[in-house]
Amino acid sequence: MSSVTLLIATRKGAWLLESDAARRTWRVDGPHFLGHELNHLVLDPRDGKTIIAAGKTGHLGPTLFRSEDRGRSWKEASRPPAFPKAADGEAGRTVDHTFWLTPGHADDPGVWYAGTSPQGLFRSEDGGDSWEPVSGFNDRPGARKAAGGSQDGTPDGPKLHSIIVDPRDRNHIYLGMSGGGVHESTDGGKSWRPLIQGLEVVEGLDPANIAFHDPHCIRLCPSNPDRLYQQNHCGIYRIDRPSETWTRIGKAMPPEVGDIGFPIAVHPHDADRAWVFPMDGTSVWPRTCPGGTPSVYSTRDAGASWKRHSAGFPDRQVWWTVKRQAMTSDRMDRVGLYFGTTSGELWASADEGESWNCIASHLPEIYAVEAATA
Amino acid sequence: MRVMIPSALRSYTGAGEVAAEGATLGAVLADLDRQFPGLRFRVIDEQDRIRRHIRFFIDGEQSFDLGQALGPDAEIYIVQALSGGDSSV
Repeated sequence: MSSVTLLIATRKGAWLLESDAARRTWRVDGPHFLGHELNHLVLDPRDGKTIIAAGKTGHLGPTLFRSEDRGRSWKEASRPPAFPKAADGEAGRTVDHTFWLTPGHADDPGVWYAGTSPQGLFRSEDGGDSWEPVSGFNDRPGARKAAGGSQDGTPDGPKLHSIIVDPRDRNHIYLGMSGGGVHESTDGGKSWRPLIQGLEVVEGLDPANIAFHDPHCIRLCPSNPDRLYQQNHCGIYRIDRPSETWTRIGKAMPPEVGDIGFPIAVHPHDADRAWVFPMDGTSVWPRTCPGGTPSVYSTRDAGASWKRHSAGFPDRQVWWTVKRQAMTSDRMDRVGLYFGTTSGELWASADEGESWNCIASHLPEIYAVEAATA
Repeated sequence: MRVMIPSALRSYTGAGEVAAEGATLGAVLADLDRQFPGLRFRVIDEQDRIRRHIRFFIDGEQSFDLGQALGPDAEIYIVQALSGGDSSV
Protein backbone atom coordinates (compact mmCIF):
# COMPACT_ATOMS: atom_id res chain seq x y z
CA MET A 1 0.00 0.00 0.00
CA SER A 2 1.77 3.10 -1.21
CA SER A 3 -0.84 5.80 -1.83
CA VAL A 4 -4.26 7.06 -0.83
CA THR A 5 -6.68 8.92 -3.08
CA LEU A 6 -9.57 10.82 -1.52
CA LEU A 7 -12.64 11.37 -3.67
CA ILE A 8 -14.57 14.41 -2.48
CA ALA A 9 -18.11 15.07 -3.70
CA THR A 10 -19.56 18.47 -2.83
CA ARG A 11 -22.55 20.65 -3.44
CA LYS A 12 -20.68 22.42 -6.24
CA GLY A 13 -18.24 19.95 -7.75
CA ALA A 14 -15.71 17.23 -7.07
CA TRP A 15 -12.07 17.15 -5.99
CA LEU A 16 -9.47 14.40 -5.81
CA LEU A 17 -6.65 14.51 -3.26
CA GLU A 18 -3.69 12.17 -3.43
CA SER A 19 -0.94 11.37 -0.97
CA ASP A 20 1.77 8.82 -0.37
CA ALA A 21 1.71 6.32 2.48
CA ALA A 22 2.80 8.96 5.03
CA ARG A 23 -0.34 10.98 4.30
CA ARG A 24 1.33 14.26 5.39
CA THR A 25 0.94 16.26 2.17
CA TRP A 26 -1.83 16.08 -0.39
CA ARG A 27 -1.90 16.96 -4.05
CA VAL A 28 -5.21 18.57 -5.01
CA ASP A 29 -6.90 17.92 -8.36
CA GLY A 30 -10.07 19.85 -9.17
CA PRO A 31 -12.65 21.13 -9.37
CA HIS A 32 -14.29 18.60 -11.63
CA PHE A 33 -17.85 19.43 -12.74
CA LEU A 34 -17.79 22.87 -11.13
CA GLY A 35 -21.36 23.85 -10.29
CA HIS A 36 -22.73 20.31 -10.29
CA GLU A 37 -24.23 18.93 -7.10
CA LEU A 38 -22.17 15.76 -6.68
CA ASN A 39 -23.62 13.28 -4.21
CA HIS A 40 -21.09 10.50 -4.60
CA LEU A 41 -17.78 9.85 -6.32
CA VAL A 42 -16.51 6.28 -6.21
CA LEU A 43 -13.35 4.60 -7.57
CA ASP A 44 -13.78 0.99 -8.68
CA PRO A 45 -11.47 -1.11 -6.48
CA ARG A 46 -11.63 -3.93 -9.06
CA ASP A 47 -9.70 -2.06 -11.75
CA GLY A 48 -8.25 0.88 -9.80
CA LYS A 49 -9.04 3.36 -12.56
CA THR A 50 -12.79 3.66 -13.21
CA ILE A 51 -14.55 6.45 -11.30
CA ILE A 52 -18.28 7.11 -11.36
CA ALA A 53 -19.71 10.47 -10.27
CA ALA A 54 -23.39 11.06 -9.50
CA GLY A 55 -24.43 14.62 -10.30
CA LYS A 56 -27.07 17.12 -11.23
CA THR A 57 -27.22 20.89 -11.43
CA GLY A 58 -29.67 23.50 -10.22
CA HIS A 59 -31.34 23.48 -13.63
CA LEU A 60 -30.60 20.12 -15.21
CA GLY A 61 -31.78 16.64 -14.38
CA PRO A 62 -29.62 13.93 -12.80
CA THR A 63 -26.92 12.01 -14.60
CA LEU A 64 -23.77 9.99 -14.04
CA PHE A 65 -20.30 10.68 -15.36
CA ARG A 66 -17.67 8.00 -15.89
CA SER A 67 -13.92 8.15 -16.08
CA GLU A 68 -11.73 5.23 -17.09
CA ASP A 69 -8.49 7.05 -16.31
CA ARG A 70 -8.87 8.11 -12.67
CA GLY A 71 -10.52 11.42 -13.49
CA ARG A 72 -8.33 12.70 -16.32
CA SER A 73 -11.25 12.48 -18.75
CA TRP A 74 -14.99 12.00 -18.27
CA LYS A 75 -17.88 10.69 -20.35
CA GLU A 76 -21.56 10.84 -19.48
CA ALA A 77 -23.43 7.56 -18.90
CA SER A 78 -25.51 6.71 -21.95
CA ARG A 79 -28.48 5.62 -19.83
CA PRO A 80 -28.45 7.06 -16.27
CA PRO A 81 -30.74 5.62 -13.57
CA ALA A 82 -34.41 6.36 -14.38
CA PHE A 83 -37.70 4.82 -13.30
CA PRO A 84 -39.87 3.09 -15.92
CA LYS A 85 -42.32 5.21 -17.86
CA ALA A 86 -45.71 4.88 -16.19
CA ALA A 87 -48.74 3.61 -18.02
CA ASP A 88 -51.29 6.21 -19.07
CA GLY A 89 -53.25 7.45 -16.08
CA GLU A 90 -50.71 6.20 -13.54
CA ALA A 91 -48.35 8.39 -11.54
CA GLY A 92 -44.79 7.57 -12.50
CA ARG A 93 -41.76 8.24 -10.38
CA THR A 94 -38.87 10.46 -11.39
CA VAL A 95 -35.27 10.19 -10.17
CA ASP A 96 -34.35 13.51 -8.59
CA HIS A 97 -30.77 12.50 -7.94
CA THR A 98 -28.58 9.44 -7.64
CA PHE A 99 -27.40 9.45 -4.07
CA TRP A 100 -25.28 6.34 -3.59
CA LEU A 101 -22.95 4.21 -5.74
CA THR A 102 -21.54 0.78 -4.89
CA PRO A 103 -19.26 -1.35 -7.08
CA GLY A 104 -20.51 -4.92 -7.39
CA HIS A 105 -18.82 -8.09 -6.21
CA ALA A 106 -15.12 -8.60 -6.95
CA ASP A 107 -16.04 -11.50 -9.28
CA ASP A 108 -18.55 -9.35 -11.19
CA PRO A 109 -16.42 -6.80 -13.01
CA GLY A 110 -18.60 -4.12 -14.56
CA VAL A 111 -21.48 -4.56 -12.12
CA TRP A 112 -22.47 -1.48 -10.10
CA TYR A 113 -25.44 -0.59 -7.91
CA ALA A 114 -26.99 2.85 -7.43
CA GLY A 115 -29.46 4.19 -4.88
CA THR A 116 -31.58 7.20 -5.73
CA SER A 117 -33.91 9.81 -4.29
CA PRO A 118 -36.82 9.16 -4.36
CA GLN A 119 -35.81 5.71 -3.31
CA GLY A 120 -34.96 3.28 -6.06
CA LEU A 121 -32.31 0.60 -6.59
CA PHE A 122 -30.59 0.42 -9.97
CA ARG A 123 -28.00 -1.92 -11.46
CA SER A 124 -25.44 -1.61 -14.24
CA GLU A 125 -23.61 -4.49 -15.88
CA ASP A 126 -21.40 -2.41 -18.16
CA GLY A 127 -19.29 -0.43 -15.77
CA GLY A 128 -21.92 2.22 -15.07
CA ASP A 129 -22.69 3.24 -18.66
CA SER A 130 -26.29 2.00 -18.72
CA TRP A 131 -28.58 1.32 -15.77
CA GLU A 132 -31.75 -0.68 -15.21
CA PRO A 133 -34.17 -0.55 -12.27
CA VAL A 134 -33.96 -3.52 -9.88
CA SER A 135 -37.61 -4.45 -10.08
CA GLY A 136 -37.32 -7.04 -7.29
CA PHE A 137 -36.73 -4.15 -4.92
CA ASN A 138 -38.48 -1.17 -6.50
CA ASP A 139 -41.70 -3.01 -7.29
CA ARG A 140 -41.84 -5.43 -4.36
CA PRO A 141 -45.05 -5.61 -2.33
CA GLY A 142 -45.04 -2.86 0.29
CA ALA A 143 -42.33 -0.80 -1.42
CA ARG A 144 -44.30 2.43 -1.35
CA LYS A 145 -45.39 1.78 2.25
CA ALA A 146 -41.80 1.34 3.39
CA ALA A 147 -40.78 4.59 1.73
CA GLY A 148 -43.51 6.42 3.62
CA GLY A 149 -44.85 9.79 2.64
CA SER A 150 -43.14 13.00 1.64
CA GLN A 151 -42.44 13.86 5.28
CA ASP A 152 -40.69 10.57 6.04
CA GLY A 153 -37.51 11.34 4.18
CA THR A 154 -34.62 13.68 4.72
CA PRO A 155 -35.14 17.39 3.94
CA ASP A 156 -33.86 17.11 0.37
CA GLY A 157 -35.64 13.84 -0.37
CA PRO A 158 -35.64 10.27 0.97
CA LYS A 159 -32.45 8.35 0.26
CA LEU A 160 -31.61 4.78 -0.69
CA HIS A 161 -28.10 4.33 0.65
CA SER A 162 -25.51 1.96 2.11
CA ILE A 163 -25.80 -0.64 -0.65
CA ILE A 164 -23.45 -3.40 0.55
CA VAL A 165 -22.50 -6.54 -1.36
CA ASP A 166 -21.24 -9.36 0.86
CA PRO A 167 -17.61 -9.99 -0.20
CA ARG A 168 -18.25 -13.76 0.19
CA ASP A 169 -21.48 -13.90 -1.81
CA ARG A 170 -22.47 -11.72 -4.76
CA ASN A 171 -26.15 -12.53 -4.17
CA HIS A 172 -26.17 -11.30 -0.57
CA ILE A 173 -26.94 -7.59 -0.51
CA TYR A 174 -27.88 -5.13 2.23
CA LEU A 175 -29.22 -1.60 1.83
CA GLY A 176 -30.67 1.22 3.91
CA MET A 177 -33.68 3.41 3.31
CA SER A 178 -33.80 6.75 5.06
CA GLY A 179 -36.54 6.42 5.98
CA GLY A 180 -37.75 2.91 5.39
CA GLY A 181 -35.42 0.59 7.29
CA VAL A 182 -32.65 -1.90 6.55
CA HIS A 183 -33.30 -4.56 3.92
CA GLU A 184 -31.51 -7.73 2.88
CA SER A 185 -31.54 -9.91 -0.23
CA THR A 186 -29.92 -13.34 -0.54
CA ASP A 187 -30.86 -13.94 -4.18
CA GLY A 188 -29.09 -11.11 -5.96
CA GLY A 189 -31.89 -8.58 -5.48
CA LYS A 190 -34.85 -10.62 -6.71
CA SER A 191 -36.48 -10.66 -3.26
CA TRP A 192 -35.96 -8.67 -0.09
CA ARG A 193 -36.85 -8.77 3.56
CA PRO A 194 -36.53 -6.21 6.35
CA LEU A 195 -33.74 -6.45 8.93
CA ILE A 196 -34.98 -4.08 11.63
CA GLN A 197 -35.37 -6.15 14.79
CA GLY A 198 -33.89 -4.30 17.76
CA LEU A 199 -33.82 -0.92 16.05
CA GLU A 200 -35.63 1.89 17.82
CA VAL A 201 -37.81 4.56 16.24
CA VAL A 202 -38.80 8.04 17.34
CA GLU A 203 -40.61 7.89 20.69
CA GLY A 204 -44.32 7.39 20.32
CA LEU A 205 -44.13 5.80 16.88
CA ASP A 206 -44.72 2.11 16.19
CA PRO A 207 -41.48 0.20 15.46
CA ALA A 208 -43.55 -2.42 13.61
CA ASN A 209 -44.15 0.18 10.87
CA ILE A 210 -41.06 0.01 8.70
CA ALA A 211 -41.60 3.53 7.33
CA PHE A 212 -40.64 4.89 10.77
CA HIS A 213 -37.18 3.28 10.66
CA ASP A 214 -34.37 5.59 9.67
CA PRO A 215 -30.93 4.06 9.22
CA HIS A 216 -28.46 6.84 8.41
CA CYS A 217 -25.38 4.81 7.47
CA ILE A 218 -24.58 1.08 7.51
CA ARG A 219 -21.07 -0.41 7.21
CA LEU A 220 -19.95 -4.02 6.88
CA CYS A 221 -16.62 -4.96 8.47
CA PRO A 222 -14.21 -6.17 5.78
CA SER A 223 -12.33 -8.34 8.29
CA ASN A 224 -15.55 -10.00 9.49
CA PRO A 225 -18.39 -9.75 6.96
CA ASP A 226 -20.85 -11.17 9.51
CA ARG A 227 -20.57 -7.95 11.51
CA LEU A 228 -22.25 -4.68 10.53
CA TYR A 229 -22.38 -1.35 12.31
CA GLN A 230 -25.08 1.22 11.85
CA GLN A 231 -25.56 4.89 12.72
CA ASN A 232 -29.31 5.35 12.92
CA HIS A 233 -31.60 8.31 13.52
CA CYS A 234 -32.19 6.65 16.90
CA GLY A 235 -28.76 5.49 18.01
CA ILE A 236 -25.68 3.44 17.12
CA TYR A 237 -26.12 -0.31 16.54
CA ARG A 238 -24.20 -3.49 15.78
CA ILE A 239 -25.38 -6.82 14.44
CA ASP A 240 -23.49 -10.12 14.23
CA ARG A 241 -25.06 -12.40 11.65
CA PRO A 242 -26.75 -14.77 11.51
CA SER A 243 -28.41 -12.93 14.38
CA GLU A 244 -31.52 -11.06 13.27
CA THR A 245 -31.32 -8.49 16.05
CA TRP A 246 -29.44 -5.21 16.19
CA THR A 247 -27.97 -4.16 19.56
CA ARG A 248 -27.90 -0.48 20.54
CA ILE A 249 -24.22 -0.07 21.36
CA GLY A 250 -24.62 3.71 21.49
CA LYS A 251 -26.05 3.37 25.00
CA ALA A 252 -22.42 3.32 26.14
CA MET A 253 -21.76 6.80 24.71
CA PRO A 254 -21.57 9.69 27.22
CA PRO A 255 -25.16 10.76 27.92
CA GLU A 256 -24.35 14.44 27.40
CA VAL A 257 -23.15 13.63 23.85
CA GLY A 258 -25.68 10.99 22.95
CA ASP A 259 -25.52 8.56 20.06
CA ILE A 260 -27.18 10.51 17.27
CA GLY A 261 -25.30 11.26 14.08
CA PHE A 262 -25.05 10.48 10.40
CA PRO A 263 -21.77 8.73 9.48
CA ILE A 264 -20.00 5.68 10.85
CA ALA A 265 -16.63 4.30 9.73
CA VAL A 266 -15.22 0.84 10.39
CA HIS A 267 -11.68 -0.46 10.78
CA PRO A 268 -10.61 -2.45 7.70
CA HIS A 269 -8.57 -4.98 9.69
CA ASP A 270 -10.24 -5.13 13.15
CA ALA A 271 -13.99 -5.67 13.36
CA ASP A 272 -14.09 -4.55 17.00
CA ARG A 273 -13.18 -1.00 15.98
CA ALA A 274 -15.40 1.78 14.58
CA TRP A 275 -15.67 5.56 14.64
CA VAL A 276 -18.62 7.94 14.77
CA PHE A 277 -19.08 11.69 14.61
CA PRO A 278 -21.87 12.62 17.03
CA MET A 279 -24.34 15.33 16.19
CA ASP A 280 -26.77 17.39 18.23
CA GLY A 281 -30.06 15.57 17.75
CA THR A 282 -31.84 17.18 20.68
CA SER A 283 -34.82 19.57 20.71
CA VAL A 284 -35.24 20.92 17.17
CA TRP A 285 -32.37 18.81 15.78
CA PRO A 286 -29.74 21.52 15.22
CA ARG A 287 -27.56 18.98 13.33
CA THR A 288 -24.37 20.61 14.68
CA CYS A 289 -21.44 19.51 16.84
CA PRO A 290 -22.85 18.92 20.34
CA GLY A 291 -22.06 22.01 22.42
CA GLY A 292 -20.16 23.56 19.53
CA THR A 293 -17.25 21.17 20.17
CA PRO A 294 -16.29 18.68 17.45
CA SER A 295 -15.32 15.18 18.57
CA VAL A 296 -14.83 11.81 17.00
CA TYR A 297 -15.67 8.84 19.21
CA SER A 298 -14.16 5.42 18.70
CA THR A 299 -14.74 1.96 20.07
CA ARG A 300 -12.14 -0.81 20.34
CA ASP A 301 -14.50 -3.36 21.85
CA ALA A 302 -17.38 -3.56 19.38
CA GLY A 303 -19.30 -0.80 21.12
CA ALA A 304 -19.01 -1.79 24.77
CA SER A 305 -17.14 1.46 25.42
CA TRP A 306 -16.30 4.66 23.53
CA LYS A 307 -13.37 7.06 23.68
CA ARG A 308 -13.40 10.74 22.70
CA HIS A 309 -10.84 12.14 20.22
CA SER A 310 -10.50 15.87 19.72
CA ALA A 311 -6.76 16.58 19.31
CA GLY A 312 -6.38 19.03 16.46
CA PHE A 313 -9.97 20.26 16.43
CA PRO A 314 -10.97 23.76 17.56
CA ASP A 315 -12.35 23.51 21.10
CA ARG A 316 -15.28 25.92 20.88
CA GLN A 317 -17.76 27.68 18.58
CA VAL A 318 -17.79 25.01 15.90
CA TRP A 319 -21.20 24.48 14.33
CA TRP A 320 -20.67 22.31 11.30
CA THR A 321 -21.43 18.62 11.07
CA VAL A 322 -20.60 15.59 8.92
CA LYS A 323 -23.06 13.98 6.51
CA ARG A 324 -23.67 10.24 6.21
CA GLN A 325 -21.35 9.64 3.25
CA ALA A 326 -18.69 12.07 4.37
CA MET A 327 -16.61 9.96 6.81
CA THR A 328 -14.46 7.01 5.86
CA SER A 329 -11.29 5.04 6.53
CA ASP A 330 -8.46 3.99 4.25
CA ARG A 331 -6.92 0.50 4.19
CA MET A 332 -3.39 1.29 5.26
CA ASP A 333 -1.84 -0.84 8.02
CA ARG A 334 -2.05 2.14 10.36
CA VAL A 335 -5.50 3.25 9.29
CA GLY A 336 -6.20 6.78 8.13
CA LEU A 337 -9.54 8.41 8.77
CA TYR A 338 -11.16 11.24 6.86
CA PHE A 339 -14.26 13.37 7.09
CA GLY A 340 -15.66 16.35 5.23
CA THR A 341 -17.84 18.99 6.84
CA THR A 342 -20.94 20.89 5.89
CA SER A 343 -18.73 23.99 5.98
CA GLY A 344 -16.35 22.63 3.33
CA GLU A 345 -13.41 21.51 5.46
CA LEU A 346 -11.66 18.20 4.97
CA TRP A 347 -10.11 16.66 8.09
CA ALA A 348 -7.68 13.72 8.18
CA SER A 349 -6.09 11.51 10.80
CA ALA A 350 -3.08 9.32 9.97
CA ASP A 351 -3.08 7.69 13.43
CA GLU A 352 -6.43 5.93 13.59
CA GLY A 353 -8.33 8.93 14.92
CA GLU A 354 -6.02 9.97 17.75
CA SER A 355 -5.16 13.35 16.19
CA TRP A 356 -6.57 15.36 13.32
CA ASN A 357 -5.44 17.88 10.72
CA CYS A 358 -7.49 20.06 8.39
CA ILE A 359 -6.12 19.22 4.93
CA ALA A 360 -8.49 21.38 2.85
CA SER A 361 -10.83 24.24 3.63
CA HIS A 362 -13.14 26.67 1.82
CA LEU A 363 -14.59 23.91 -0.33
CA PRO A 364 -18.34 23.82 -0.97
CA GLU A 365 -20.47 21.81 1.45
CA ILE A 366 -19.03 18.28 1.43
CA TYR A 367 -21.53 15.52 0.68
CA ALA A 368 -19.26 12.47 0.40
CA VAL A 369 -15.70 11.35 1.08
CA GLU A 370 -14.29 8.07 -0.20
CA ALA A 371 -10.72 6.79 0.29
CA ALA A 372 -9.09 4.53 -2.29
CA THR A 373 -5.92 2.79 -1.17
CA ALA A 374 -3.42 1.53 -3.73
CA MET B 1 -35.24 25.33 -37.37
CA ARG B 2 -33.09 27.21 -34.92
CA VAL B 3 -32.80 26.19 -31.28
CA MET B 4 -31.18 28.48 -28.74
CA ILE B 5 -29.21 26.58 -26.12
CA PRO B 6 -28.67 27.85 -22.56
CA SER B 7 -25.18 27.88 -21.07
CA ALA B 8 -25.94 24.84 -18.89
CA LEU B 9 -26.36 22.67 -22.00
CA ARG B 10 -23.50 23.93 -24.13
CA SER B 11 -21.23 21.16 -22.84
CA TYR B 12 -23.42 18.98 -25.08
CA THR B 13 -23.82 21.24 -28.12
CA GLY B 14 -20.65 23.30 -28.02
CA ALA B 15 -22.70 26.23 -29.32
CA GLY B 16 -25.42 28.60 -28.19
CA GLU B 17 -27.46 28.02 -31.33
CA VAL B 18 -28.01 24.77 -33.21
CA ALA B 19 -30.25 23.47 -35.99
CA ALA B 20 -32.77 20.70 -35.43
CA GLU B 21 -35.71 19.09 -37.22
CA GLY B 22 -39.14 18.00 -36.04
CA ALA B 23 -42.85 18.63 -36.41
CA THR B 24 -43.41 19.00 -32.67
CA LEU B 25 -41.41 20.21 -29.68
CA GLY B 26 -41.00 16.58 -28.62
CA ALA B 27 -39.67 15.60 -32.04
CA VAL B 28 -37.17 18.45 -31.98
CA LEU B 29 -35.94 17.28 -28.57
CA ALA B 30 -35.57 13.74 -29.93
CA ASP B 31 -33.52 15.12 -32.82
CA LEU B 32 -31.38 17.14 -30.42
CA ASP B 33 -30.76 13.98 -28.38
CA ARG B 34 -29.66 12.13 -31.51
CA GLN B 35 -27.23 14.91 -32.31
CA PHE B 36 -26.13 15.50 -28.71
CA PRO B 37 -26.65 12.27 -26.73
CA GLY B 38 -27.84 12.76 -23.16
CA LEU B 39 -29.20 16.28 -23.63
CA ARG B 40 -32.90 15.35 -23.55
CA PHE B 41 -32.80 13.60 -20.14
CA ARG B 42 -31.30 16.68 -18.55
CA VAL B 43 -34.37 18.74 -19.52
CA ILE B 44 -37.18 16.13 -19.75
CA ASP B 45 -37.68 13.46 -17.07
CA GLU B 46 -38.49 9.77 -17.54
CA GLN B 47 -42.23 10.52 -17.34
CA ASP B 48 -41.89 12.98 -20.25
CA ARG B 49 -42.37 15.96 -17.97
CA ILE B 50 -40.42 19.17 -18.43
CA ARG B 51 -37.95 19.49 -15.57
CA ARG B 52 -38.75 22.03 -12.89
CA HIS B 53 -36.14 24.64 -13.75
CA ILE B 54 -36.31 24.37 -17.54
CA ARG B 55 -38.57 26.46 -19.79
CA PHE B 56 -39.29 26.27 -23.51
CA PHE B 57 -40.29 29.27 -25.61
CA ILE B 58 -41.54 28.83 -29.17
CA ASP B 59 -41.57 32.00 -31.24
CA GLY B 60 -41.62 33.98 -28.01
CA GLU B 61 -44.46 32.07 -26.33
CA GLN B 62 -43.85 29.70 -23.44
CA SER B 63 -44.84 26.10 -24.17
CA PHE B 64 -45.54 23.31 -21.69
CA ASP B 65 -46.61 20.77 -24.30
CA LEU B 66 -44.15 18.41 -25.99
CA GLY B 67 -46.87 17.66 -28.55
CA GLN B 68 -47.10 21.27 -29.68
CA ALA B 69 -46.90 21.52 -33.45
CA LEU B 70 -44.14 23.68 -34.89
CA GLY B 71 -44.00 25.74 -38.03
CA PRO B 72 -41.10 25.09 -40.43
CA ASP B 73 -39.38 28.30 -39.37
CA ALA B 74 -40.12 28.12 -35.66
CA GLU B 75 -37.52 29.48 -33.29
CA ILE B 76 -37.10 27.61 -30.00
CA TYR B 77 -35.46 28.94 -26.89
CA ILE B 78 -34.49 26.53 -24.13
CA VAL B 79 -34.13 28.58 -20.96
CA GLN B 80 -32.62 27.65 -17.60
CA ALA B 81 -34.86 29.22 -14.98
CA LEU B 82 -33.90 28.76 -11.35
CA SER B 83 -36.34 30.37 -8.95
CA GLY B 84 -34.94 33.40 -7.17
CA GLY B 85 -34.09 32.70 -3.54
CA ASP B 86 -34.30 28.95 -4.06
CA SER B 87 -32.52 27.10 -1.27
CA SER B 88 -30.46 25.22 -3.84
CA VAL B 89 -28.64 28.38 -4.95
